[in-house]
Amino acid sequence: MSPLNVKTKSRLSSRVQDIQPSGIRRFFDLASSMDNIISLGVGEPDFITPWNIREASISSMERGFTAYSANAGVLELRQEITKYMYNRFDVDYDAETEVLVTVGASEAIDIGCRAILDPGDEVIIVEPGFVSYSPLVSMAGGVPVSVGTRIEDDFKVSAEQIRAAITANTKALMISFPNNPTGAVMLREDLQEIAVLAEEHDLIVFSDEIYAELSYDNQHVSFAALEGMKERTILISGFSKAFAMTGWRLGFVMAPPDLLAAMLKLHQYSLMCAPTMAQYGALEALKSGMDDVERMKQSYKQRRGFFVESFAEMGLACHMPGGAFYAFPSIKATGLTSEEFAEKLLYEEHVAVVPGDIFGAGGEGHIRCSYATSMDNLQEATKRMKRFVSKHL
Amino acid sequence: MTDKELEILRIIEEDARIDLNTLAKMTSINEEEIKAILKKLEEKKVILNYSTVVDWSKVPQAEQVTAMIDVKVTPKRGVGFDEVAERIYRFTEVQALYLMSGAYDLQVVIEGKTMQEIARFVSEKLSSIDSVISTTTHFQLKKYKHDGIVFEEGEEDRRIVVTP
Ligand SMILES: Cc1ncc(COP(=O)(O)O)c(C=O)c1O
Repeated sequence: MSPLNVKTKSRLSSRVQDIQPSGIRRFFDLASSMDNIISLGVGEPDFITPWNIREASISSMERGFTAYSANAGVLELRQEITKYMYNRFDVDYDAETEVLVTVGASEAIDIGCRAILDPGDEVIIVEPGFVSYSPLVSMAGGVPVSVGTRIEDDFKVSAEQIRAAITANTKALMISFPNNPTGAVMLREDLQEIAVLAEEHDLIVFSDEIYAELSYDNQHVSFAALEGMKERTILISGFSKAFAMTGWRLGFVMAPPDLLAAMLKLHQYSLMCAPTMAQYGALEALKSGMDDVERMKQSYKQRRGFFVESFAEMGLACHMPGGAFYAFPSIKATGLTSEEFAEKLLYEEHVAVVPGDIFGAGGEGHIRCSYATSMDNLQEATKRMKRFVSKHL
Repeated sequence: MTDKELEILRIIEEDARIDLNTLAKMTSINEEEIKAILKKLEEKKVILNYSTVVDWSKVPQAEQVTAMIDVKVTPKRGVGFDEVAERIYRFTEVQALYLMSGAYDLQVVIEGKTMQEIARFVSEKLSSIDSVISTTTHFQLKKYKHDGIVFEEGEEDRRIVVTP
């Protein structure tokens, strides 16, 4: 049967068609086509999940915990999460009505957006930032509005910058500190002025704190721990980074009961529940994994020290990232764009980094280099980058 | 012990060959201060040696046998465990010696070229010490992990090359 000779509508929704494929993907394809590369492009820990966590998950399967869990997640895990978050970050949530175990922080961002956005609602996204925020806001019918941070401000965002982007349609604000890709952190007083603004304009604040444990110089301050902010915060975190559990696909979201119930509704229809065996691994992570978190954190911190200093030797400006495991040096001195720099570096020296423009406003002129790789790799990579930069300065 | 000293110890315990410059960057402690710290720790015998973990089973010329020997001892009047221990650890074949709680008193780790060599050591040297009541010798068959290092494991990076 031949199709009717009329111009048919695309099979794909216009919403999906409007979304740009991630620039990460392009770089992945480029880097994968080459041999012997040292990758500083990986946005995840180089540790394997600690054995006690893996063992607990295996054991849960041996004991037959292979069925669906409660939609919101295994209750005991939710209880451990609330205890952990209270002890570590001074936020007080109810395990029964204010916590949802998700398929990674990624899902939490998605259902958070879908739970609160009507068509045309604007979400201010602080960038450079995680690549999923803007597409997920769009997919939920919202309108992403970028606010770019700058190296001069250590990639912190100020209330004035946000205020300038607020319109009558602004519904929410998306922040994430410690930040991917900049490694920036915000101190209590920095967050405090954002809190005042959020109150003033009645904003819902997405605070993606997945890197909270990896704060090297100051104790992390949760946005939800600020006076009066819990009511308007969707606090997102997970196990991927601190516990080296990226492949487990397990995160969580904490929010006041009305917001949480809305997210749970979406979660229940699209996911049913997070993987049960992963939840049992996470339970062990919270019960006895903190020593491992500390050990891994010390190791990142040492590598940060080594790596960040080497940019000064190369002649590239780099701020001291207070958290996560990324350095975000400026490559403007080379006169190359981020994409050119990253591509040439890959071809000429076989070192993979991620061009900063991929992470949105403020990212151009920078590259993201992950130091979650072995010291041997870091030493070799910095040697090659020095050679590369000296050719292009 | 200061935090700085502790941090340096933790790093060089993993990698004794790390160069000073790298160590300085990793810890944000300057090279001169690191040198001074190392010197002090060596003098205080906190740092005893910078050694190498070798998998001798991969070296055909250097085949050797390791045994753990449980030793029961009667400490004689005026002769404590320490004196007996000293008489044992002075033998160069003895790689390690520990005072243990439980079913026996001293654990001797000894290395030799052959089982006969070890057997001779046990019967001629160890058993003949006055305070030694009995010995039980266990031969090591395979080394899986030693000093925190897993033998035979190539833990390659299984991550994909670029991720968000
Ligand atoms: C800031 C940020 N948020 C969320 C995620 C996603 O984490 P998860 O593995 O929990 O989905 C990442 C992962 O790279 C991230 O960097």
